[in-house]
Amino acid sequence: MTKAFAAGRLHRPAALGAAGGLALLLAGSMVAAVGLGPVAIPFGDVSRIIGHHYAPALVEAGPQGPQAVIVLDLRLPRVLLGAAVGAGLAVVGAVMQAVLRNPLADPYLLGASSGASFGAVCVLIAGFSPLGALSLPVAAFLGAIGAFALVLLLAGGRGRLAPTRLILAGVAVSAFTEAITHYLVLTSPDKEVRSAMFWTLGGLGGTQWRDIGVPILVVACGTAWFWAGAARLNGLVLGDEGATSLGLEVDRLRRRLVVGCALVVGAVVAVSGGIGFVALMVPHAVRMAIGGDNRRVLPVSALTGAVLLVWVDVAARMLQRPDEIPVGVITAIIGVPFFLALLRRTDRQEHA
Amino acid sequence: MKPAALRIDDLSWAPARLAGITLRVAPGETVGLLGPNGSGKSSLLRCVYRRIRPDAGTVLLDGADIWRTSARQVARSVAAVTQDLPGDLDNTVEQVVALGRLPYLGTLGRLDRDDLRLVHEAMARCDVAGLARRRVATLSGGERQRVQVARALVQQPRLLVLDEPTNHLDLHHQVELFRLLAGLETTILVALHDLQLAASACDRLVVLHDGRLVADGIPQDVVTPELLTDVYRVDADVTAGPDGHPRVSLRIPPVRRSWSLR
Repeated sequence: MTKAFAAGRLHRPAALGAAGGLALLLAGSMVAAVGLGPVAIPFGDVSRIIGHHYAPALVEAGPQGPQAVIVLDLRLPRVLLGAAVGAGLAVVGAVMQAVLRNPLADPYLLGASSGASFGAVCVLIAGFSPLGALSLPVAAFLGAIGAFALVLLLAGGRGRLAPTRLILAGVAVSAFTEAITHYLVLTSPDKEVRSAMFWTLGGLGGTQWRDIGVPILVVACGTAWFWAGAARLNGLVLGDEGATSLGLEVDRLRRRLVVGCALVVGAVVAVSGGIGFVALMVPHAVRMAIGGDNRRVLPVSALTGAVLLVWVDVAARMLQRPDEIPVGVITAIIGVPFFLALLRRTDRQEHA
Repeated sequence: MKPAALRIDDLSWAPARLAGITLRVAPGETVGLLGPNGSGKSSLLRCVYRRIRPDAGTVLLDGADIWRTSARQVARSVAAVTQDLPGDLDNTVEQVVALGRLPYLGTLGRLDRDDLRLVHEAMARCDVAGLARRRVATLSGGERQRVQVARALVQQPRLLVLDEPTNHLDLHHQVELFRLLAGLETTILVALHDLQLAASACDRLVVLHDGRLVADGIPQDVVTPELLTDVYRVDADVTAGPDGHPRVSLRIPPVRRSWSLR
């Protein structure tokens, strides 16, 4: 019995294997994704172009010219950003679902993407860009963080932060900022303002190297920080009373984690827009596969989210050449059936 | 692991109308906390396990103010079996019980061999070892309650606080729970509804009524017809059972029917 018990407790090898396999899959997917697009480039060439660029002594030169430009300047930053965005969204989704103790929690529920659109629209209408090309992402980031802050402010009564209040406040703030954004866009004579609607649907098109440094850094740091606190995150499942008796300062912990989520989501949304459903789907699928322990769920979700978004972005640029489908549209098309299946499942559990 | 001494001094908390509560629990003692619905039992317990901070007064554990001690440190001494374990948990029984080690774990939260041994022992003692791999969502109310107790034991508490732990438990598991508690080397403060059970299981009983302590003593002195009339607003006869513990028989007044069933 003791032996069986120990074996049951430590299915760590399996989780480690899954994480290792996913890391390899991610690396392979990224190389493949760089090669795929309106202009197909063989994988061997992709590897040689990238390899030669970063380690010219070790790897012989690949094809030069437009192919090298496509690989190095267009697709590589885009694929890297896709992986970071997918990882960030999935991790934040897993954290938010634990923090709010609600399986349907999603960062966009708390106003992140509507806040980002709002910030971007304001800058476009005001027509000033003090930070040059970075003005838009910075404004979108500030909009996302501002919306989150407003939600926290509205939800936090008497030092408490109840999940239901947080979700209701999020819905209210999203609806409000969306309404204002739509009004501003529709009444603006300037056609360019419509480009701000990009933040509503999300996409990775036109990614440049200068866009990706900050989000990758924020996602990496955020994921590491969340992972370090994964055991405490597990404690939150016991509910506020139970978690307190385990020595967790529930309200403070929840506030910190939500702020951490806001920073990660803000950084991601600022460059990719509101790509929905990744944060919802990935952690769920992961929990179904490897169980609910956040010490494993967080890293595996990050890798899974990265792989998923890299491939969704490939689909976004392949399915309707030469146009692109916004990534958010594809994730929604995959996500809605998933969401419904999830609803049915929780429904059945409640009646069981 | 020495049982802790609990000392509550002149505690008040307005939302539950707790006022001027002073209570001592000696190391190793089992004290039952009685009182009707809404009398403030759960709130008083929440003050003890550091969930709510009283408006006035102090809670001392071996002389140290729990609000001058970190939450984590308090959780290494005080474990609580609360009423609100969510019923929809996807986590396995084993995972939930293992959470009891949380106050002792480092950053990444890895359990070592000793932690796992404690988890295993606690599950065996609470008769849930056979459920180790089951998801908590699939358990009955009573099984869930025993999982909570196992989780609390894993914390190796020196003071164990239980809020109506016999809820949902069948008779066998009620008796088993108190047998288990009696075998623990820890101080126990337990809120109970069943006066008779409280009288036979506790060394001492205290009664909370409208936020104030109105009785404190050995079961025979506390469980009296007067208490039942004044605090619980019921008429009852209290007699001594063969074991010397009080037996309560409620008098349910006959209702004069003004209409016929036929």
